[in-house]
Amino acid sequence: MNAWTDIMLVVLILTTFWLLGSSRLASCIRICAIQGVATGLLGVVGGGLSIRVAAISLAVIVLKGLAFPWLLSRALRESNTSHEVQPFVGYVASLLVGVVILGLSFWADSCLPALSHVASRLVAPVAFALLIAGLFLIVARKTAVNQVLGYLVMENGIYTFGFGVVREIPALVELGVLMDVFVAVFVMGIAIYRINRTFDHIDSDQLTLLKG
Amino acid sequence: MSVWNFSYAALGLLLAPLLPGIVNRTKAVFAGRHGQPLLQTYYDLAKLLRKGAVYSRTTSWVFRLAPAGGLACVIAALLLVPAGDYAAPLAFPGDLILLAYLLGLMRFMTVCAALDTGSSFEGMGASREVQFSALTEPALILGLAALAYATGSFSLSGIFGGVTRPDWLQVGPALVLVAAALLIVFLAENSRIPVDDPNTHLELTMIHEVMILDYSGPDLAFILYGASLKLWLLGALLANIFLPLSGRSGPLQIACLVAGIFVVAVVTGVIESVMARLSLLKVPQLLVGAAAMSVLGFVLMLRYAL
Repeated sequence: MNAWTDIMLVVLILTTFWLLGSSRLASCIRICAIQGVATGLLGVVGGGLSIRVAAISLAVIVLKGLAFPWLLSRALRESNTSHEVQPFVGYVASLLVGVVILGLSFWADSCLPALSHVASRLVAPVAFALLIAGLFLIVARKTAVNQVLGYLVMENGIYTFGFGVVREIPALVELGVLMDVFVAVFVMGIAIYRINRTFDHIDSDQLTLLKG
Repeated sequence: MSVWNFSYAALGLLLAPLLPGIVNRTKAVFAGRHGQPLLQTYYDLAKLLRKGAVYSRTTSWVFRLAPAGGLACVIAALLLVPAGDYAAPLAFPGDLILLAYLLGLMRFMTVCAALDTGSSFEGMGASREVQFSALTEPALILGLAALAYATGSFSLSGIFGGVTRPDWLQVGPALVLVAAALLIVFLAENSRIPVDDPNTHLELTMIHEVMILDYSGPDLAFILYGASLKLWLLGALLANIFLPLSGRSGPLQIACLVAGIFVVAVVTGVIESVMARLSLLKVPQLLVGAAAMSVLGFVLMLRYAL
């Protein structure tokens, strides 16, 4: 069992808990950046470093650790809106939901047949937990920025699963997924800007008030 | 059962009042002050024990029982904490639950006494204390449960005798999580800074200090002494996790653990110097976060054990 992989996976889970419990949008973006870097490092510390793996890891670290946070902070800075998260589900309740999600994913993992060639036995449950927690973040928060962050957490989960289980994903597929995420974040950045221009806030739940 | 089993508890009874002194001295160094003497708590205790107690007419026997009862609880709890290989004087399977409940009983008495004074101010402190401890206890119990699972023993003595250096190499991440959760529990239970400020007498922020406002003389001495014993007790749990001393000679283990507890006190002083107190609304998030870390540690232990 690779100790460094385990540490990175634990960092992923802890940053997810932290994200569920923090109230400032700016710190949420920073936490997401830390999580992105940890996700990227997962490939590097896994052992058997090839040029392909190194390139993908570098791309992930640069995109998720630098580019996305920068884009999102800029969108946040330019929208003169509240910098609070504005949750539908409170922070303590969100943390408890996070714990339940963690338990569920470990239980779900124990129901699956054991995966061979896994870097660590924590990979699959941690990836499930990130996926579900990302979905939860998307539905439980009002602001558009947080929905992008939830989406990124989900993507980190998918990437973790991919890297832990099938190390030999074709680089093209991996880069394609990264490209999709990049475009999505880019589009969301523009969407945040547009919502803000039109409505003076970035509450996505009030989009239902939109009438033609 | 050798002399070492008892010496640790005896040392705790003797040296515990040093800990608040160490914390205060660390804070003073950070602030560039000279600070109180290290032995200040001893002086305070000696002074208070010589004085008489004043009781309000609205209080009943509950108020007078609480200080002595609380001190008895924490001394009993102290007898459950082992020193490295040496089992505690009162070790038996399941004593970790007794430990949590003795701390709970101590808190129950303080809270009842605070309500007994009839002061709305103390009632407010009591309500906060109960709210926060309800969130701290799961973190403590789950953290101890994770350690119990990892070492296969259901007694504190077995658990802390069982944490060895190979354990740190194998289940290191899980142990760090549990230790971090226990550190937050340590700060919350001892009303230290991210949760409560022991120095403040500002009405809206106090938790522990507000509940003991009406005490004087020997009763206050019992409470102060009980608080430093609690600091020692939870510090000893932390030191026991971080120092896998199994197999060393008796005096060395005891000396290392006592030094470890002093280090925990210094760390507390550093945390108090570099952090601001959290607002009351944020405290539950911190405590639930600690519980979440305990759960994660427990789940990881389960996974490693498979």
